Amino acid sequence: MEGDIASMGQFIGAGLAAIGSGAAAIGVGHVAGNFLAGALRNPSAAASQTATLFIGLAFAEALGIFSFLVALLLMFAV
Amino acid sequence: MATETIAAGAAHGATETAKAGMPQLDFSTFPNQIFWLLVALVVIYLVLSRIALPRIGSVLAERQGTITNDIAAAEGLRQKALNAEKAYNDALIQARAEAHKIVAEAKAEIQKTLDAATAKADIDIAAKAAESSARIAEIRAGAMDAVTEVANDTAKELIAAFGGKADSRAVTSAVAARLKG
Amino acid sequence: MAEEAHSEGSGLVFHPLDQFIVKPLFGEGPIHWYTPTNVTLWMTIAVLCIVAVFVFGTRGRAIIPTRVQSVAEVIYGFIYKMIEDVTGHDGVKYFPYIMTLFLFILFSNYLGLLPTSFTPTSHIAVTAVLGFGVFIIVTLIGFVKNGASFLGLFWMADSPAILRPVIAVIELISYFVRPVSHSIRLAGNIMAGHAVIKVFAGFAAIAAISPVSILAIVAIYGLEVLVAGIQAYVFTILTCVYLKDALHPHH
Repeated sequence: MEGDIASMGQFIGAGLAAIGSGAAAIGVGHVAGNFLAGALRNPSAAASQTATLFIGLAFAEALGIFSFLVALLLMFAV
Repeated sequence: MATETIAAGAAHGATETAKAGMPQLDFSTFPNQIFWLLVALVVIYLVLSRIALPRIGSVLAERQGTITNDIAAAEGLRQKALNAEKAYNDALIQARAEAHKIVAEAKAEIQKTLDAATAKADIDIAAKAAESSARIAEIRAGAMDAVTEVANDTAKELIAAFGGKADSRAVTSAVAARLKG
Repeated sequence: MAEEAHSEGSGLVFHPLDQFIVKPLFGEGPIHWYTPTNVTLWMTIAVLCIVAVFVFGTRGRAIIPTRVQSVAEVIYGFIYKMIEDVTGHDGVKYFPYIMTLFLFILFSNYLGLLPTSFTPTSHIAVTAVLGFGVFIIVTLIGFVKNGASFLGLFWMADSPAILRPVIAVIELISYFVRPVSHSIRLAGNIMAGHAVIKVFAGFAAIAAISPVSILAIVAIYGLEVLVAGIQAYVFTILTCVYLKDALHPHH
């Protein structure tokens, strides 16, 4: 492994971008947890809101996927 | 020198990644993928909109119709059963009423017969009783006469036996007085 | 270059992205737009599966459905109810289009989970066509149905007057980001899952780690089965939400 500053930058950048996945995980956990809290408080309304839950999960997760994509781009495409 | 190596490295990296980069970003395959994707989507769309979805929709509608019909038929049958039950109950009530009537009639007839018989029996009994009392009175009257006669006779005989001469009129009046007393 | 660095380092060979390479089915050579490739193959298989379930499965038109027919009916009812719930009754007109998207994504995702298979939905090119197709169609529907009042979607009449232009700009940007996130979400999810499975599979080359690796693959595979369904569902329901915005821009 000879020194190569450009590839070092790639790897460091990819690693930093991967932090975003963890942040997205926090977001997804928030969405699911708050949904569960609300659902347990009012179980009769929970069934009608599952679509909203999935939309929220999808939005939260999409951002994590973006960071994953950035990491992949740094690793393989730059 | 340093910048040169970096530039060289970058150039080197660029040529390398052209081979090993993400297949998703290999633009030379895009027309191919897009073309076949459109073909697939059009085929799916045509199959679904021409054949599959109308068919499934009609099956579901038919099932819904069948279920509705069955429910309606069941409702009709239930109504029929209710009617039958009502008719049965009516018949039962009517029969009971008729039975009551028959019983009452029979009772009334029996009562009438009984009354008639009782009345006849009463008349018979009354007639018999009257006859009997007449005969009793007759017998009693006969007995009284006989007693007087016997008493007269006995008294005359007694007087005769005592040696007297019996005045029959006096004897008779004495006996009568005695009998009265 | 990155892969070289990996393989030199530990003797492990990671090629997590090789599964996404588009290859001609017959022989080698350049890929023209008409070349039958593995994309063609797996899309064809997906189409055939859809035809098998939705045409041959429902051939009996039975009142009491067979197993395949009841699968088709459940999917039909699921999507139909989703459209009716989200967009209201006038969205039902676009049912075949949304059903097409859902079935294509669903079957591609699940067929992609077969080992050694190829997943069309893991490619940005494919999902971008799907996502931008939805975007363009929905925007056209919005303008055709509502005319210029479709722009009311970006003008929040119930917000403070000062903020309205700012909100309008933000809404406009988020509207144009929709197709990007819509398509990258699907491709990214599918690609990420498949790549992670491949990375774990790469660790199986070391004998001591291989049991853990296989357990991890099983766990991730289970997650991917879930994700494959959920992403198809999410793509469809977001399409419905965008369609609702186009049909009723003032809510």
